[in-house]
Amino acid sequence: MRKKLIYWIVWILALGGILLSIGIFSLFIGSSKIPLNTIIPLILGGKGTTEYTILFDIRLPRIILGFAVGGALSLAGVILQGMFRNPLVEPYTLGISGGAALGVCLNIVFRLHQALGVLSLPLSGFLGAILVILFVYSLSIRRGILKIQGLLLCGVMISFISSSLIMLILAISRAEDLHGIVFWIMGSLEEPNWLLIKLAFLVSILGLVISYLFCFRLNAFSLGEEEALHLGINVERTKRSLFVLASILTGFSVSVAGIIGFVGLVVPHFVRMFIGGDHRVLLISSFLCGASFLIFCDTLARTIISPLELPVGVITGILGGSLFVYALSKRQIFLGGK
Amino acid sequence: MLEIKNLTCGYNSKFILQDINFKVGKKELLGIIGPNGSGKTTLLRAITRVIKPKKGVIFFEEKDVSQMQYKELAKEIAVISQSFETGFMTVEEFVLLGRIPYYKQFQFWETKEDLEIASRCMKLTGTFRLKERLVQELSGGERQLAHIARALTQEPKLLLLDEPTAHLDITHQVGILDLIKKLNKEFGLTVIMVLHDLNLASEYCQRLILINEGRIHKAGRPDEVLNYQVIEEVYKTVVVVEKNPISFKPYILLVSEEERQKRGKP
Repeated sequence: MRKKLIYWIVWILALGGILLSIGIFSLFIGSSKIPLNTIIPLILGGKGTTEYTILFDIRLPRIILGFAVGGALSLAGVILQGMFRNPLVEPYTLGISGGAALGVCLNIVFRLHQALGVLSLPLSGFLGAILVILFVYSLSIRRGILKIQGLLLCGVMISFISSSLIMLILAISRAEDLHGIVFWIMGSLEEPNWLLIKLAFLVSILGLVISYLFCFRLNAFSLGEEEALHLGINVERTKRSLFVLASILTGFSVSVAGIIGFVGLVVPHFVRMFIGGDHRVLLISSFLCGASFLIFCDTLARTIISPLELPVGVITGILGGSLFVYALSKRQIFLGGK
Repeated sequence: MLEIKNLTCGYNSKFILQDINFKVGKKELLGIIGPNGSGKTTLLRAITRVIKPKKGVIFFEEKDVSQMQYKELAKEIAVISQSFETGFMTVEEFVLLGRIPYYKQFQFWETKEDLEIASRCMKLTGTFRLKERLVQELSGGERQLAHIARALTQEPKLLLLDEPTAHLDITHQVGILDLIKKLNKEFGLTVIMVLHDLNLASEYCQRLILINEGRIHKAGRPDEVLNYQVIEEVYKTVVVVEKNPISFKPYILLVSEEERQKRGKP
């Protein structure tokens, strides 16, 4: 047991180190070159210079947002996968991201954020997410053999429907709203509003803390719902709480960064493969790993065809989508040889 | 210890079990037998609150089970169901899951006591040497032993088993039932188990309950329940009931159609 604890701590420290180095790397790379050795004078007295603005008003917020969104999405992925005992489930494949994006788009088109303030954006994202989750939840409590496959198909269909509805909104919306909506569909970490970034950061950290209250219950869920109940877990209540937690994390992420797919799929899978399936270590490592992954993808997105910029959702989509297909074909390995 | 009164339950609007009444005393080893689909597993699921009864009450030590917290129930009753989902974990991690009902809200690590109980239960079931292995790599018999070890770490007073010997060879069938008998005799654990194999039920259980079409058909000592009229009526199969020459318990023999025709028996 002691050995296991040390093993876990080493992994967590290593992942923390990777996160830190990717963060620093991302801070100093970009279309305008800022050498590493100018950092100290910049921090001390560089306020007002262009370099300072680029570092701390353009790049740093993106890194923080990447941390928050990447962490939150991976966490939501781990929670949903733990609950459904299936490694292909995540906010994107269940259609939750799509629902959240639709909510945000409706908000933009009806100009609710101008009337109700900028906080109504995450709120409408959350509402969209929770509506989809309620639907998925009601499907999941009906017992059936094709439960998971059915759910996944349903999720893909929900994604389709919501993206079609977003298209419809695009077709009839005013030109000035177009940019905002396109931004949400493609997913980007460009977010000018500091308040939203801080909130996203707070929500993701809080989500991580709260998820730890459920770590043993998630472990028990890996044996199936009935076995979890035999171990003294109030299954329905736990499922409800976890669904709400996952939809808050997803709704918030989508409303600040748009649809960024597959982060919640790729990251927990690799973490599980290397560190193991115990949720006590899986939750935090997935969070750290997801944060690193998204910051890395975002750095790629803004440097690969610099000075132009790719939406980060494109990168995670290509990476994650291919992995999803691979996972489907090698299902045995991904389920741990079940 | 356990008392079931007028239990009627089922899935959706279909009743699987009707008017079930029985009592289980302390330190009893009770077998539940019956044809496929007669409601044996449903009965176990009703006791553990997986399904809600439509009518009737289940008392555990004079307490209404439906009023108890899941956590409290899990400290009293452990279940070994026919589950093949084992997750991706080692035997030791798997066995330690049985301690979940005892963890406090903000506890994230097993205490020394938890670890000791787990290794004691693993030693008792002979799975200690397997503790670093992955559960899914074990053979069927070893996996069943790991399940028993996990159930024992819950430190229950009542153990429910759903066909503990299904798909096992005779070595493991006897090994597992001997272990259960030992737990029952030496540690005073009350056991209710669903069994398919009538001969094993006859050999190991003090008392049998025969369920047919959702009702208790007959209950009593093996020699009261297992006579050929009862079995032929419930199972619609021709059988010969003999006595085991060593244990003098009833032993059920099957006869093939060819042999029946030779003898002119229908």
